[in-house]
Amino acid sequence: MQKKAKTKTKISPRVSMPMLDAVERGRMFSEVALGYTLEQAVSEAKRCLQCKKPTCIKGCPVDVDCKGFIRMVADKDLAGAFARIKETNSLPAICGRVCPQENQCEKTCKLRPTGQPIAIGRLERFVADNYYAHTSCEEETGADSCVPIDESLKVAAIGSGPSSLTLAGYLAANGVKVSVYEALHSPGGVLLYGIPEFRLPKSVVQREIDSLKNLQVDFLCNYVGGKSMTLPELFQQGYKAVFLGVGAGLPRFMNLPGESLIGVYSANEYLTRVNLMFGYRFPEYDTPVPPGRNVVVIGGGNVAMDSARTALRLGAERVRVVYRRTKGEMPARQEELEHALEEGIELEILSSPLSFHGDDQGVLNKMVLQRMELGSPDDSGRRQPVPIEGDTFSLDTDLAIMAVGTGANMVLTQTTPELELNERGYVRADPETGETSMNMVFAGGDIVTGAATVVEAMGAGRRSAREILKRIKG
Amino acid sequence: MGKIIQKRVLIPKRVTEMTIKAPVIASKARPGNFVVLRLSMKGERIPLTIADADPEKGHIVIVYLIMGKTTALLDTMKEGDVILDLCGPLGRPTSIKKQGTVACVGGGTGIAALHHIAKGNFQAGNKVVSVIGARSKDLLLFKPELEKISHEVLVSTDDGSVGHKGVVTEVLEEYLDRDPDVKEVIGVGPVPMMRSVARVAQPYGIRTLVSLNSIMVDGIGMCGSCRVNVGGEIRFACVEGPEFEASQVDFDELMMRLQAFKSQEKESMELFEKKELL
Ligand SMILES: Cc1cc2nc3c(=O)[nH]c(=O)nc-3n(C[C@H](O)[C@H](O)[C@H](O)COP(=O)(O)OP(=O)(O)OC[C@H]3O[C@@H](n4cnc5c(N)ncnc54)[C@H](O)[C@@H]3O)c2cc1C
Ligand SMILES: Cc1cc2nc3c(=O)[nH]c(=O)nc-3n(C[C@H](O)[C@H](O)[C@H](O)COP(=O)(O)OP(=O)(O)OC[C@H]3O[C@@H](n4cnc5c(N)ncnc54)[C@H](O)[C@@H]3O)c2cc1C
Ligand code: SF4
Ligand code: SF4
Ligand code: FES
Ligand SMILES: [Mg+2]
Repeated sequence: MQKKAKTKTKISPRVSMPMLDAVERGRMFSEVALGYTLEQAVSEAKRCLQCKKPTCIKGCPVDVDCKGFIRMVADKDLAGAFARIKETNSLPAICGRVCPQENQCEKTCKLRPTGQPIAIGRLERFVADNYYAHTSCEEETGADSCVPIDESLKVAAIGSGPSSLTLAGYLAANGVKVSVYEALHSPGGVLLYGIPEFRLPKSVVQREIDSLKNLQVDFLCNYVGGKSMTLPELFQQGYKAVFLGVGAGLPRFMNLPGESLIGVYSANEYLTRVNLMFGYRFPEYDTPVPPGRNVVVIGGGNVAMDSARTALRLGAERVRVVYRRTKGEMPARQEELEHALEEGIELEILSSPLSFHGDDQGVLNKMVLQRMELGSPDDSGRRQPVPIEGDTFSLDTDLAIMAVGTGANMVLTQTTPELELNERGYVRADPETGETSMNMVFAGGDIVTGAATVVEAMGAGRRSAREILKRIKG
Repeated sequence: MGKIIQKRVLIPKRVTEMTIKAPVIASKARPGNFVVLRLSMKGERIPLTIADADPEKGHIVIVYLIMGKTTALLDTMKEGDVILDLCGPLGRPTSIKKQGTVACVGGGTGIAALHHIAKGNFQAGNKVVSVIGARSKDLLLFKPELEKISHEVLVSTDDGSVGHKGVVTEVLEEYLDRDPDVKEVIGVGPVPMMRSVARVAQPYGIRTLVSLNSIMVDGIGMCGSCRVNVGGEIRFACVEGPEFEASQVDFDELMMRLQAFKSQEKESMELFEKKELL
């Protein structure tokens, strides 16, 4: 199969995307990846084989018709391409930026075995960015004409991350009135408070939210589900169904000595202060951000990379990422890891923190770590890190950021005892429909799966929306 | 939502009370709950205790001590102005049950926060003994309000200008000696005072709670800024507290962590006072 492909067409390499210079950008919050020009997009799209049996679509959790929209890009029909993507993906500008495409659509692309799969994510981003100048309803939804909103068909979504936004887009496009309740003062979930500006500009998120507002989706901020209103109260207010998309934002700590010193922060706190609260513009903005010259980030995922790159942009002289396995096992998107390394972030692999130490004011100045080695593979086939007895070392540091995972947000689950949870505190939901133990209450995204990806959360939002629509229009 | 209905100066340039229109929060607020507010697009999020709530009128009451930039900015607001973001009620409410005598101990601005808790206990049919202290008579808050909902109000001042001369925990200790029926002690105030409440109540073996005021950002359990050490474990004050079993609390750590942003807070306030930042 692959060979055939190769002999039929000569495979040109992927068109690379323009970037800000690594040294320059390492000090700025501007978006790193600049996006394709029309010319570049068209030439990338023309590489697509337009396979009879396209496999790219299977790799996408929200079923984007990759083949179809790429064809339209090749033909310079950007409006058509946008409509095609929007049929199944309500947040294309975001997905094009933050999807781990190498594990999704680009992984299943027929050209992947050549090492040069079609740059589906970059094309998707290009189409969305270009198209956002136009915002008529037809174009938003990909439908021929707009379905009028039926005010009596009301659905509430709690939390405003990608799962709820997708649900809202799908339902609104089908004439349902959606209200999105968010506890924080602005909507977007992790897209807003977690993923930094230089990777996902806030204006991009705002644009997607504005486009939902055009579809008459209401956003109600400063409302805490389970506190400001209970789920039964929402039904009393006439909502026909409730979707829970409250995320898995509860930061984990390691319970190590000294972890409460001034200078040790969760990645969530650090990123929230910088992103949601604009702390990088202190004192113009009021929220302080902990300064760090010699920064250590603990963890190996996207959250660790985002924290490290943020610290660099806030003036750190040195940023090290401490990870207990090796570079190959890091869960971060490969592109993000590469960007981080280019910018000068250092890796301290096969090590794990043991304790933090500070001065008499309780201010962090040092940490002690354990050297690890990879032992034999466990059930999942992953080689487990094991401590090398007696091999410890220390690092001087004034800012340590813990990016070692998160747990289920508890505010809503704590105040809604009727809701069935699993052993780990996540909401139990039907994988096909998102239905929970409560009647007409659905859930999706990180609050069901634990920390995952934007597009998986969107897939869940879409599945629940489809089910809800079926039931309430039924 | 967020409109300031009434502003009352309790101690000039120090402590102010505001009644704010917030029907949703008022209908839900229980003693022990707090709100998080933000005053401008450039503002920070700060937590303030709901000192009282009137569900019929849709009003909540907050009482704040002017500490730095945000509370100083809040104090420039007038009746009719609107608070940009007001989120709540947050935190676990005080667990109030009918059980006998409850000693409510308050210090400084904490007395206002204590008011809602004392009121809840009074309405639940408990005997409420309010024990409050301040540096001097003019700095003593909420005495008349507490008298309405307490069976007894005991007062101390550092300078002896009213009540017992000394600290509030001396009065508490004396009361605990006198009344063997106290079932619960609740302390709200500055950290050293709460630590002292914990110490004084310990030998009596009475359930003692304190309300911890660690630094918060989101207030919904997402950042971990508010983490406190209770019984050797990390607990998030915003979603698991703010009230915790006093004997288990690491007060030294709390004191230390409250200093985390001292230099930035100072810078922020200085710029504000020079009117360079509004
Ligand atoms: C720093 C960081 C970087 C990441 N990078 C990537 C990436 O590059 N690619 C990728 O695919 N994924 C990435 N992820 C993961 C991805 O962001 C999440 O999987 C996704 O956002 C989950 O979406 P969600 O819909 O479940 O809700 P979330 O985005 O988690 O949002 C939940 C929202 O609900 C609100 N909420 C919580 N409780 C309540 C309540 N009781 N009432 C009202 N509102 C409430 C929260 O305030 C929040 O706004 C990253 C995550 C982080 C933290
Ligand atoms: C659950 C809770 C309830 C509270 N209730 C009240 C109340 O009813 N009345 C009242 O006067 N105060 C209350 N506080 C304290 C109040 O939040 C702080 O005094 C306020 O944030 C100070 O802000 P500032 O900018 O004016 O002063 P700053 O100069 O910025 O800070 C002064 C000091 O306040 C503390 N502080 C600063 N930022 C925060 C923050 N984001 N969260 C918590 N503490 C902070 C720090 O110890 C700091 O050193 C409460 C705190 C908590 C956690
Ligand atoms: S949504 Fe994500 S996975 Fe799907 S096609 Fe777009 S980039 Fe690929
Ligand atoms: S994107 Fe890849 S799999 Fe999909 S049609 Fe093009 S070449 Fe084939
Ligand atoms: S204030 Fe963020 S977790 Fe409590
Ligand atoms: Mg402040």
